[in-house]
Amino acid sequence: MKVGLFIPCYVDQFYPGAAIATLQLLEKFGVDVTYPPKQTCCGQPMANSGFEHLTTGCNELFIENFAEFDYIVAPSGSCVLHIRDHIHDDKNPKAAESISHKIYELTTFLTDVLKVQSLNARFPHKVGIHQSCHGQRGLHISSMSELVAPEFSKPASLLNMVNDIDIIHLSREDECCGFGGTFCVTEEAISAKMGKDRVADHLAHGAEYITGVDMSCLMHMEGILKRQGSKTKVIHIAEILNAG
Amino acid sequence: MEHTTKDHAELAQEFNRDEERVNWHDETLWFIREKRDKAAHNIPEWEALRETASQIKNNVLSNLDNYLQQFEKAAIANGVTVHWAADATEHNQIVHKLLNEVGVNRMVKSKSMLTEECGLNEYLAHHGIEVIDSDLGERIVQLAGEPPSHIVLPCIHKKKEEIGEIFHQNLGTAAGISDPQFLTETARQHLREVFLTRRAALTGVNFAVAETGEFVVCTNEGNADMGAHLADIHIASMGIEKLIPERKHLGVFLRLLTRSATGQPITTYSSHFKKPRPGSQMHIILVDNGRSVQLGREDFRNSLKCIRCGACMNTCPVYRRSGGHSYHSAIAGPIGSILAPNLDMKQYADLPFASTLCGSCSNVCPVKINIHEQLYKWRQVLVKDGYAPTGKKAGMQLMTWTLSSPGLYHMAGKAGRWVLKYAPFAVNNKLNPWYIHRDLPTPPAQSFGEWYKQNRK
Repeated sequence: MKVGLFIPCYVDQFYPGAAIATLQLLEKFGVDVTYPPKQTCCGQPMANSGFEHLTTGCNELFIENFAEFDYIVAPSGSCVLHIRDHIHDDKNPKAAESISHKIYELTTFLTDVLKVQSLNARFPHKVGIHQSCHGQRGLHISSMSELVAPEFSKPASLLNMVNDIDIIHLSREDECCGFGGTFCVTEEAISAKMGKDRVADHLAHGAEYITGVDMSCLMHMEGILKRQGSKTKVIHIAEILNAG
Repeated sequence: MEHTTKDHAELAQEFNRDEERVNWHDETLWFIREKRDKAAHNIPEWEALRETASQIKNNVLSNLDNYLQQFEKAAIANGVTVHWAADATEHNQIVHKLLNEVGVNRMVKSKSMLTEECGLNEYLAHHGIEVIDSDLGERIVQLAGEPPSHIVLPCIHKKKEEIGEIFHQNLGTAAGISDPQFLTETARQHLREVFLTRRAALTGVNFAVAETGEFVVCTNEGNADMGAHLADIHIASMGIEKLIPERKHLGVFLRLLTRSATGQPITTYSSHFKKPRPGSQMHIILVDNGRSVQLGREDFRNSLKCIRCGACMNTCPVYRRSGGHSYHSAIAGPIGSILAPNLDMKQYADLPFASTLCGSCSNVCPVKINIHEQLYKWRQVLVKDGYAPTGKKAGMQLMTWTLSSPGLYHMAGKAGRWVLKYAPFAVNNKLNPWYIHRDLPTPPAQSFGEWYKQNRK
């Protein structure tokens, strides 16, 4: 099984720690994982802003980088959802379709493909889980509070395998943090207010760390935490699963 | 309807100047969302019910022409006069003409979002006809000179103290009263006089049954019934998408409607209107106003399934924190944002962008409209049709070039991290919208790509 590691552009540039943890975690499970060096971005920032028609270059580049792999794994629900739903290539439709079927968000790859049953990790902290919407409502990596359906959570099932972790309860378990891609600047007032409210829920329940499958939501909440001078930190789920 | 040149982001920013009010608005609507959750979870077959409703509406939309004709025929046979209005203007003219024919210049009206969409109150006022809205929430915003901010809870943005002040100024109550019971009783006495004296009543329509020609109006206050039963002429305005095929399908929709809207099992009054009382008139106006255009848009046609429950507004984290008026459209929130651009792409080009695409709206929708996917699709249509600001276009083009080229991307990444590290003042200022309420990430020494080159290859 050959796995291509897709590291979203902003994770590559600003959060290499999350990417390194993802790589090391996959290596720990004996996965043959490679990072194609010419990758850039999934194209979502343009597409969600209404410029999907400008993403041809990104799509072609993505296919070029990842066509050869059996699986593509990324530490992001949002970028994976974008590729899964929107990648297309008029010149090579089959390759595009194949990509959309073999791309996985990290925690789903761990629970559904590798079928991870135990982890050798320790994280002795109070942790709040942020349900990133695109992973949750888009990729269905956990149940959703709106639906009348059985409860489950792939990220939480993995976190529960971590020693000494204390997962806190939230008042609103799956409210959006307000990042929303370019929404975070085009609708600055609402985006910031949503972020403040989400952070407040975690803080009120004693979170030392806020974790999740998407660094973008965490980056947004980190910006608010830092501005408030809070000691609470954000951490990508891969870094907890790879800790200790 | 509100006329404004400000877009959603600007209006939302204004609403957010008073953070305490935003918190109160958010919590009030979240409370209703939670009531909806409890009501839905009490129905084990809830998801099957949503699917059934969605499929019934699919059938309606695919056979709308036939159902409309079937409905018209049955309604006429019941003694109802049926009118067809192609747009808002024609609808308003028909109402005006009907009132003129019976020589009436004062009308009582129960809740009808369609008449908000058509601007009926303003139109009639301009022609010397007084309209009094009889839904309590609508009456309050009418007295305040504002449009409703929510389709089910029109004055949800007003605190009880503010309502006390509106009543003090308009209905003669003492100043400083905010007791809900007292204020409701005041409204009751005020509206009682209206019901008893108005000879014309207009109601909306929640469901129209093609099989029987009857229509159903749902209210919690009984105000539609009070108005219609005491008037000589009852006019019912309905969008052409309000049809359901048969009476038996009502059970599906009535179970979903109020559970989704407020968490109640059913509306207090679900009144069936079929034929006029002897000596009185009953009219139905079937209004298109852009609906057949929307029906022709493949990606957006199922927005016409909407039964106007407002659940998408109550759950929307943006709506809860921006207030209904920030959508500057008769129908606010997520559903309004996919309906409004169909009416006027230029005026409502901002609305599909007033969302994080979190998807909660689609999950609560009782008829399973893929609202957040339609928001995404509207963005593509609006940009392609030229409704994107020029600056945004240039920025996106630059981003596209950078992200389509690994070389440019690596250079830009390095430059960005360098700026953050050595010249943070270039981005840490109020010209950068991110920085107003958030700090920027601390730039790492190297990117993952650079680390990988050193450590793995």
